Amino acid sequence: MQHPRRQFLKSSGGLLATLVASGFLRPEEAMAGDWNKAAFEAKKMDDLLKVLGGAGAKPSSEISIIASDIAENGAVVPIQIISKHDNTQNIAYVIEKNPNLLAANFTIAEGTLADIDTRVKMAQTSDVYALVKANGKFYYASKEIKITLGGCGG
Amino acid sequence: MMRSTIQACIAIVVLFLPAHSIGNDEHVTNEIQKYRQMLQEGNPAELMELRGEELWTTPRGPQNATLEQCDLGLGAGQLAGAYAQLPRYFADTGKVQDVESRLAYCVTSLQGLSVEQATQNWFKPNSDMEALVTYVATQSKGRAIALPLGHDKEKEMAAVGEEIFYRRAGPLDFSCATCHSQPDRRIRLQELPNFGDNKSAQSSMITWPAYRVSQSAVWTMERRLIDCLRQMRYPDADYLSDTVIALQSYLQQQARGGVMEAPGIKR
Amino acid sequence: MKIRAKLDGDLVQVKVLMAHIMETGLRKNQQGDLIPAHYIQQITATHKDKVVLSAQWGPAISANPFISFKFKGGARGDRVKIAWVDNKGDTRTDETVIA
Repeated sequence: MQHPRRQFLKSSGGLLATLVASGFLRPEEAMAGDWNKAAFEAKKMDDLLKVLGGAGAKPSSEISIIASDIAENGAVVPIQIISKHDNTQNIAYVIEKNPNLLAANFTIAEGTLADIDTRVKMAQTSDVYALVKANGKFYYASKEIKITLGGCGG
Repeated sequence: MMRSTIQACIAIVVLFLPAHSIGNDEHVTNEIQKYRQMLQEGNPAELMELRGEELWTTPRGPQNATLEQCDLGLGAGQLAGAYAQLPRYFADTGKVQDVESRLAYCVTSLQGLSVEQATQNWFKPNSDMEALVTYVATQSKGRAIALPLGHDKEKEMAAVGEEIFYRRAGPLDFSCATCHSQPDRRIRLQELPNFGDNKSAQSSMITWPAYRVSQSAVWTMERRLIDCLRQMRYPDADYLSDTVIALQSYLQQQARGGVMEAPGIKR
Repeated sequence: MKIRAKLDGDLVQVKVLMAHIMETGLRKNQQGDLIPAHYIQQITATHKDKVVLSAQWGPAISANPFISFKFKGGARGDRVKIAWVDNKGDTRTDETVIA
């Protein structure tokens, strides 16, 4: 049976999810060709928000960024983001002073907690933004993380 | 990047400050502790360990054998606790060997591969040696470091290691002791373990081998020592050489009793 | 890949460690040439063929990525599958059983 991949790959996440669930597409097939290049190449916050549809993002105290204030090495900075907003759809990691702002954009399915823990690279001491999409609206919180210069290696 | 690291180390005479003099120091110390703690989970060394186990159990080489008969000091194939009792003397080679030189011996004698093949790319991420050492060391988690000193050659190796540790040499006139023999010392924000003190020595040795986030690789103790020597501007120490085996013997002796936590993860 | 999925009350805690160089494309080798970018771009986690988490990544995710998340509705013995695709089109899939 022929799988007419390309036309399906451009369709919405809902259809792709259905196709994956029904075994018609493997998850990796659903993913290919969908990557948001413009978002990952944005170098300014305004541009990134525009691409993601988040212009007018509001600061929010319902978003927690859990990370140490100081990271010994910018190659691996553990950051956990938790959103208390109802119907959180997306959690994005945005690092202000990185060559490209957007590090990652997680889509939270229903039944999954809006609580993600991962590790990012930080080029230098910078503000880290947690950008959240909930109920179609955008919110953010930020935290400064300092990157230290080490000694001889430990 | 390497050049600035060397410059940083050269500059230690100026920056060689007692750890407690960091301004706003308690907050800095706490935050760095928090960073280290958050790193502990999801240690990529676990991936190397899996690969090491695969290498240990997969037949390879002209002799199409696994490494499962390799004797690391506690008997053929006995891995539990072996790393914590290395380096040690082996009758079959007549030498004191560390984990890497012993693994190289097993790969050549059991599998028939050459030393070059056994140690290929040891200085690059994802080498076979890196995977094997990570696997072997993980089998000593929870075991106390107990360097064997019953054989004359074992005693000699540890004594030579101590001699090297305290001997000033190289263009900077450094010895290991220059940085590692006093309490509460640091270079920038990195505390320096004091190998004159058992507890401090333990705190360091129990965490090696360790995934170095700056290298995206697991570094073995031997690799770490070779890099220390490089940073001191010493002539290159050869991989698997007696110099690094001797130093490991001395450091393990100084860290005796330390309960292994490796593989660690650090900057 | 190393995947751990553990049932804790009504939540399944999933932790994944992936082997990937996550090369940014901004580093230079010893000859001064740029090392080509090579990084995971998309990742999907499924439970019984339902997508529980998906993500789009850039090269700023650390090498040998680690992620941790939690979802409801899983039972011991269910399978959780993780799949990724990188910018070169390589893919990897692995699965585990909820403990």
